[in-house]
Amino acid sequence: MSSWPILSLITFLPLVGVFFCLVVNGPKEAVDRNCRSAALLTSVVTFLISLLLWARFDATKAGFQFEEKLDWVPALNIGYHMGIDGISLFFVLLATLLTPICILSAWDAVRVRVKEYMIAFLVLETFMVGMFSALDLALFYVFFEGVLIPMFLIIGVWGGERRVYAAFKFFLYTLLGSVLMLLAIIAIYWQLGTSDIPTAMEKLSLPFTWQCWLFLAFFASFAVKMPMWPVHTWLPDAHVEAPTAGSVMLAGVLLKMGGYGFLRLSIPLLPEATQYFAPMIFGLSVVAVIYTSLVALVQEDMKKLIAYSSVAHMGLVTIGAFILNMQSVQGSMFQMLSHGIVSAALFLCVGVLYDRMHTHEIAVFGGLVHRMPRYAFVFMFFTLASIGLPGLSGFVGEFLVLLGTFKVNTWVAFLAATGMFLGAAYALWLYRKIIFGELTKESLKAILDMNRREVVVFLPLVLLALWMGIYPNSFLDPMAPTIDKLVGDYQAAIKLAHTASLAP
Amino acid sequence: MMLGIESWTLARPELFLAAVTALLLVYGVVRGEVATPFVSTATALALLVTAVLLFVPYREGTAFASLFIVDRLTTTMKALVLVGSAIAILMSRAYFERIKAWRFEYPLLVALATLGMMLMISANDLMALYVGLELQSLALYVIAAFHRDSVRSTEAGVKYFVLGSVASGMLLFGASLIYGFCGGTAFVQISRALIEGRGGELGVVIGLVFVVAGLAFKVSAVPFHMWTPDVYEGAPTPVTALFAVAAKIAAMSLMISVLMGPFKPLFAQWQQIVVVASVLSMGLGAFAALRQQNFKRLMAYSSIGNVGYILLGLASGTEKGIQSVVFYLAIYLVMTMGVFAVILMMKRRNVMVENIADLAGLARSEPTMALALLVFMFSQAGIPPLAGFWGKLYIFIAAVEAGLYVPAVLGVLASVVASYYYLRIVKVMYFDEPAEALDRPAFSVNRAVAFAAAILVAAFSLAPQPLSLVAAAAAKGLFP
Repeated sequence: MSSWPILSLITFLPLVGVFFCLVVNGPKEAVDRNCRSAALLTSVVTFLISLLLWARFDATKAGFQFEEKLDWVPALNIGYHMGIDGISLFFVLLATLLTPICILSAWDAVRVRVKEYMIAFLVLETFMVGMFSALDLALFYVFFEGVLIPMFLIIGVWGGERRVYAAFKFFLYTLLGSVLMLLAIIAIYWQLGTSDIPTAMEKLSLPFTWQCWLFLAFFASFAVKMPMWPVHTWLPDAHVEAPTAGSVMLAGVLLKMGGYGFLRLSIPLLPEATQYFAPMIFGLSVVAVIYTSLVALVQEDMKKLIAYSSVAHMGLVTIGAFILNMQSVQGSMFQMLSHGIVSAALFLCVGVLYDRMHTHEIAVFGGLVHRMPRYAFVFMFFTLASIGLPGLSGFVGEFLVLLGTFKVNTWVAFLAATGMFLGAAYALWLYRKIIFGELTKESLKAILDMNRREVVVFLPLVLLALWMGIYPNSFLDPMAPTIDKLVGDYQAAIKLAHTASLAP
Repeated sequence: MMLGIESWTLARPELFLAAVTALLLVYGVVRGEVATPFVSTATALALLVTAVLLFVPYREGTAFASLFIVDRLTTTMKALVLVGSAIAILMSRAYFERIKAWRFEYPLLVALATLGMMLMISANDLMALYVGLELQSLALYVIAAFHRDSVRSTEAGVKYFVLGSVASGMLLFGASLIYGFCGGTAFVQISRALIEGRGGELGVVIGLVFVVAGLAFKVSAVPFHMWTPDVYEGAPTPVTALFAVAAKIAAMSLMISVLMGPFKPLFAQWQQIVVVASVLSMGLGAFAALRQQNFKRLMAYSSIGNVGYILLGLASGTEKGIQSVVFYLAIYLVMTMGVFAVILMMKRRNVMVENIADLAGLARSEPTMALALLVFMFSQAGIPPLAGFWGKLYIFIAAVEAGLYVPAVLGVLASVVASYYYLRIVKVMYFDEPAEALDRPAFSVNRAVAFAAAILVAAFSLAPQPLSLVAAAAAKGLFP
């Protein structure tokens, strides 16, 4: 079953599409058309193959599956080691699902430099999938950082007015965080003599002060990526200026890289520092939840509003990840997946309006329900999913996180719960402004409802959000053994450190 | 000591190059200007043949009464230098033809400079070192001013000459102090004297400081970098490429063999100097380049920054440190040659332009060229998966293992700042609207060099292993 390298196939298959786009030649119209089709085809095939991962994933095992191991740079003892466990499985699927959706959503919207656009997205897919399945620190870093290159170009080339500023801010902010992580990786590598992640999980035991330094270095990277308050300021800019599909990828997948990093590296490798810094993370997350929700209330730009709501939702994720019991971590994972679907869909909703009116200012719209009933339904659906209406995906994650948190720290749970209340306020306010009311604005009188392509774009997301809300076990079960092991290992390590400190 | 056949066979590549250069000089003088194309091609070929001679057959040892040493490290460095020089000659024709300075002396001067570099690299004695260094420098002073009708080029030549002489003077002064206190100029003698306890004497340390200062000038490390931006900007572009690549690699190799060789016992003393120079170079290279408008000047600051990273590898003083330096230099050679090949292709209405703003919209007018430059820029910035990242990773691994935590942190932070100006070039090419398109370059050597370099960078990115094996083998030369 693991005889052929399915993970590498999924990771590098998009590059076949890139190659096709690079060599295709002819009149511009034909090239554009061919590149679009090629990109869609490769990404759909990639997605279908990635479904095999889910089908063949052994949901009873905690360890890594589909492992592939090759020597890459033996001189430095860096290997090409891929594999997924319950934590990474769904992130890989999320990345492969959103890429074809992004390509489809840009079908008509992107008219300039179509070829480069498709290449950028396919390369981005390769890096994202690679990042979620890398089991070697150096390989992980290569993919983690590599994401910046296509994203920088996507924001900078196809973005809005202030795209250059936003692209640079995005790039430099994340790079600054990541280089510190690189040093932490080097330090771990130096301690172990290898950069293999499973080996590190087993063998790495560092003195407490070292753990703290390394934790902060990893934190610098993941907190920016997450983004956590107060290093979130790149996100609203990047979102507002990025093209629709860029925002979808940013919110849908790139933000999850931070949470994934915490769960994959920070917590298992540095348990004592994790315990030590958890209160700080709770503090920052609570501030993020409340403060950014309030900020979202006064936004005049739809994308900015959703961007701030992302920061708030991610605050809940970090709380869940660092409370570190079974429910909270499951909730945190589920919240990330749900946010990946829902916020991606919300950005696509904004994109639908942007394609028609070329603005995402809230004040321009109003009363759209009269002209766009289908759109009004979809937007309502995802607004409610984002708020956390029971029966839709957002509820499960928030509920689990709050449940897990309540057991450990009632104040954190209480403050985090206010975020849900505020979230309902801004999301419904946005919905009312845009969809309800009389259709008075002249410019909107002739606006068209969603066409068939747009319905196709949203359909899988709607179904998924329903599925995740109604029967979350399909998603929770495969990740349960891994999370169980993560929490168990963490508590064992803390206990060990505790007894060691008590020993004379 | 024997001066037998053994010595001559060890120095075979150098002798070959010297002989060919002399012959071609005679030929050029006899035939006059018409000989230029032939001399140029022949010199480039001779350089490449010399590079082959280094390895076929490969020999190690010392020669000429221990003045001259050949080992894995020197051979690797010489190969890099020779390739760099050969490419610099091949790339220069179109440029010099346009400025009407296409003369046969140019390739020969490059060959002589390269010969000097090879002697420097192989020097095993302070005297031999100085002779090689001066041969290199004198040839370089002339070609910096080779565009003699241009004020900037002559200014570059004079500046380089005056400041370079000061640096040579410092080096010589330091060498004489060391000679006085150690009782010899041969590296072996110095090393023995230092191990026997002469290292504690103040004169030796002062001498060391002067020698390091002179060498730092040659590699353009802060605070001895002042000449670099002006010379890089003023000199003809192919000459700048030579400065940035071949001359830098040679000087770096010299610095390694001096510091890691005879002065190894004084590691604690010179490590401080090198760390400070390294951190300052990384910082200055990053910050001073931010506002540059001229591409060549930007590359000057970029090269200062790169020297900072290389010095960090040297400062770790370990085998891994030296490996990382060799690895970094090889990647640096490829990237920088690629960038200069692109700069040499930048012309508008048949006039060479070299401002960054001139690249506006290149991604639309010349997508492949823009893509190549994009690869070089991200690679220079050290963004994975590109080759430059592996170079930096190697260096930082060596630095962290040697306990240089603070310089390593400062280094990665400087690399973030530096990435801004590399990104700015990407931004100009990809985000900005095209002003007036550059001339479409016809197929040329420069184009071939740019693409070959881009492909090599991509290859190193995916498979750094072969290069790291080369680096590991080279470092064995110092750590037998």
